[in-house]
Amino acid sequence: MLTKRIIACLDIKDGRTVKGINFINLRDVGDPVEQGYFYSEQGIDELVYLDITATKENRKTFAELVTKIAKRINIPFTVGGGISSIEDVGILLGSGADKISINSSAVKNPDLIDQLAGKYGSQCVVLAVDAKNIDGKWMVHLVGGRVPTQIEMFTWVKEAENRGAGEILFTSMDHDGTTGGYANEALRKMSKLVNIPIIASGGAGTIQHFADAFNVGNADAALAASVFHDNVIPIPHLKEELRKMGIAIRI
Amino acid sequence: MKKIAIIDYGAGNVQSVIFALERFGHNAFLTNQANKIKQADKVIFPGVGEAKSAMKALTELGLNKLIPALTQPVLGICLGMQLMCTHSEENDTEALGIFPVQVKRFNSELKVPQIGWNQIWNLKCDLFKGIDEKSFMYFVHSYYVPENEFSIANSDYGINFSAAMNKDNFYACQFHPEKSGILGHEILRNFLEI
Repeated sequence: MLTKRIIACLDIKDGRTVKGINFINLRDVGDPVEQGYFYSEQGIDELVYLDITATKENRKTFAELVTKIAKRINIPFTVGGGISSIEDVGILLGSGADKISINSSAVKNPDLIDQLAGKYGSQCVVLAVDAKNIDGKWMVHLVGGRVPTQIEMFTWVKEAENRGAGEILFTSMDHDGTTGGYANEALRKMSKLVNIPIIASGGAGTIQHFADAFNVGNADAALAASVFHDNVIPIPHLKEELRKMGIAIRI
Repeated sequence: MKKIAIIDYGAGNVQSVIFALERFGHNAFLTNQANKIKQADKVIFPGVGEAKSAMKALTELGLNKLIPALTQPVLGICLGMQLMCTHSEENDTEALGIFPVQVKRFNSELKVPQIGWNQIWNLKCDLFKGIDEKSFMYFVHSYYVPENEFSIANSDYGINFSAAMNKDNFYACQFHPEKSGILGHEILRNFLEI
């Protein structure tokens, strides 16, 4: 049976791991390669590395980091942050990344999804969407959640699926950093709407939150950062407990 | 030192296969040159992407004739495995015909592609030496090979499918051993010992 995935997200700034609380306060938590390796030894199913200060200048540095990660780590990892062209993706996949995630650039230029899926296959195209519930409507936000748009999230993810996205990474800005649980209602709705895997992101604080994302939200994977970085929830313990609850988990 | 050729036809993340082999001390080389592939002790035929364009690339390089004629151990991974079959439903693609089986698209209530860790069982052959039944491997695919007489490992995703196959010197796995943690590495190591 295919298992639900537990994913650790590592935000990268200047080659170091950082976790932003509500996207603002940054705090250094270590070396991305060794931290990723540690998590893989702990049994994490996948890793996501986000270059949160992506600029043209540090693109090369990030690609070099991707190669270091790929050499060291024997599980799949996704890289994202500031990816805006086929060339960017070519460099990152060529450096050893398994998947790339695109966000703002796909909203600005949806054809990018078709182009990437056509050239590299849907399996490596993760559509990341940051959204906020405004007056009962989930609205897409850009640039790490700072810039609101008039785009409704469910319409957008369905379009992204049709254009060839292979997975959706949905971060609820209302839940991110709160440790109060994932946006399960929205997740559930999205899971009914699209036929590609959905990664829940934003809000993990307890083991029950992960269980709810899977059982209530129907998510295929749950992503977290702080609870892992701060060792609030040790990964082996999390996976054991989820399995005891009857959730399909790789141990 | 074994000469390990990785067939280069522009198919996805071959770098991770090279890195995986490096982690246990083997240097593989990426090539599309017929003579280099023929002279290698082992050949790895990776692949991520779409079947029709992959077959087109192989044909343009003349590798569609070369690969089925190889006599050393060959390991197809993911799309590589599917291309070793006779035909794929993915854009109605005629493939290499090493395994006389058809590749089908998942047609179930489940999400497609299957992405993630799934178990393998009914393990046969030295490829799985030291690997326990129901071990977890990492899969990413929308098409599958049904169970057949060449299956040496099975898995399920709504339907039982072939997770690995063997026929003569040809080996193939649907999952990514290079991305399947320590156990995946053991499978690659086993392949190098065949």
